Amino acid sequence: MATLEIRDLHVSVEDKEILRGVDLTVKAGETHAIMGPNGSGKSTLAYAIAGHPKYTVTGGEVLLDGESVLEMSVDARARAGLFLAMQYPVEVPGVSVSNFLRTAVTAVRGEAPKLRDFAKEMRSAMAELQIDPAFAQRNLNEGFSGGEKKRHEILQMEMLKPKVAVLDETDSGLDIDALKVVSEGVNRFRSGDTGVLLITHYTRILRYVKPDFVHVFAAGRIVEQGGPELAELLETEGYEKFTKAGASA
Amino acid sequence: MGLETKPLSTLHEHASYDVDDFVVPTGREEEWRFTPLRRLRDLHKGAAGDGKVIVDVAAAPEVTVETVSRDDERIGRAYVPADRVSAQAYGSFAQATVVTVRKEVVATEPTVLTMRGEGGVAYGHTTVILEPFAQATVVLEHTGTAAYADNVEFVVGDGASLTVFSLQNWASDAVHLSHQHARLGRDARFKSFTVSLGGGVVRIAPSVAYDAPGGDAELYGIYFADGGQHLEHRLLVDHTQPNCRSRVDYRGALQDEDAHAVWIGDVIIRAEAEGTDTYELNRNLVLTDGTRVDSVPNLEILTGEVAGAGHASASGRLDDQHLFYLQARGIPYDTARRMVVRGFLGQLVEKIDVLDLQERVMAAIDEEIAR
Repeated sequence: MATLEIRDLHVSVEDKEILRGVDLTVKAGETHAIMGPNGSGKSTLAYAIAGHPKYTVTGGEVLLDGESVLEMSVDARARAGLFLAMQYPVEVPGVSVSNFLRTAVTAVRGEAPKLRDFAKEMRSAMAELQIDPAFAQRNLNEGFSGGEKKRHEILQMEMLKPKVAVLDETDSGLDIDALKVVSEGVNRFRSGDTGVLLITHYTRILRYVKPDFVHVFAAGRIVEQGGPELAELLETEGYEKFTKAGASA
Repeated sequence: MGLETKPLSTLHEHASYDVDDFVVPTGREEEWRFTPLRRLRDLHKGAAGDGKVIVDVAAAPEVTVETVSRDDERIGRAYVPADRVSAQAYGSFAQATVVTVRKEVVATEPTVLTMRGEGGVAYGHTTVILEPFAQATVVLEHTGTAAYADNVEFVVGDGASLTVFSLQNWASDAVHLSHQHARLGRDARFKSFTVSLGGGVVRIAPSVAYDAPGGDAELYGIYFADGGQHLEHRLLVDHTQPNCRSRVDYRGALQDEDAHAVWIGDVIIRAEAEGTDTYELNRNLVLTDGTRVDSVPNLEILTGEVAGAGHASASGRLDDQHLFYLQARGIPYDTARRMVVRGFLGQLVEKIDVLDLQERVMAAIDEEIAR
């Protein structure tokens, strides 16, 4: 049973404090939505969990099943069961999707899957996400549209089967059809054994991926928590009242 | 044969078969300023040919390969040496290799010339002639050690198609200075891959001239400079005819102290070369501190009527974002680094259409990365 615990997390970027004490626990079987205005530190939380070198943790803890991930390298965190679906997936020239996926799956599972099994698994996962099989031979994210990149993020998540997935604005830039396909992917992934942390600016995706908990992020911390009804409130009232609360805190 | 001064652009001044028409370089000349003259074992100062580079031939059945004396009339017709070492090589080689593919003959497999250095100073000459509408692939593979200067002429007849591989797999103390000149007939196609991985000092100068309209040249280069290695590639594409095309794409990686890569990309589009379509690109991936890259594209356009003309040069470190992305999927740092470097060079390796060569080059690159 996976649990991601974030305790009083402080994170700086180039000596500027962005996260100012975040507390959040995501348990297996739960989906948490983090909502907040631009610049509130949502993406910083995502990258800090994944271990991006640009983000310096100055205080607090991040524990996966009780074990601190902050001492782990980026790749070790992924192998331990963390996954970050990125807002802007990077184009990697000359590295094909299938080679990348197979290398990643081998690293995370600890052994190379049989080529035939892997090809089958990849094809079926791609079909579910309505990804043209020809993408397997293309260079990773190179020349992909925004929607294609996001589908590939979900494809990776489904194949790597992490314990806890952090989705950083996976819904941004998607048209409604792509949003549905991506949401279905997230719903397939959700189970009693996995946790999801869904970071979003808009409530739109929450109509397709129902959260158990909603947290409002402002000025580097969580300023309000509640159930799905909180998202509805944000939809009608906006973030304004919370940004004020965050600034004065 | 004497001095033959071409009314050239500012890029290439003169050419001659006579070594005395060139002064001994001091290192201050534009064409020598990046080259470590002290490491040339006097190739630029008239070093006597006391060593040996043996040429082994494995020819396609349709292709004739001959070893000829220096007075063979087919030698030196396509190319006039453009610098002192090239002229020295031209005046010093004892025997030349002539590869001929007869009119309309299509070679069914690559013709491989292995130049095996057995030490000392040596000079060489190779002439490859494709008669009209012939097709062939020629591999020049350099191994062993020597201080070797040579000239290679590629005469590509009307409608003929030649693919050339020049593989520099020298031992780490070898010195190799080479001019590889292609002359293209009407609608001729020329594709070259220069792969420089081994050798202490390697300076290759591929050049292309067009004798008639419709010629198409693609020049690709892959290099990997390790500590102390000097790998220099100087390209010249001289568009003198209308409606010809050229593409240049050279990519290299560098690692460890005093790894030095030089890329000079000269393209001239002369007044009469209307409808020229050209693009040249050089990219370098710097893997560690202590390396040096000099990348100089020169595009000289003397006509207003071009179909396309461009150049780009970029040198940089491994992209942290690439590494982060791969690592965030569980791939360990070393593997991620290898994938990114392999991907960067692999995009050119993929263009090698001789499968076992493609595999060999990729394997050799993997070995370089693993060092």
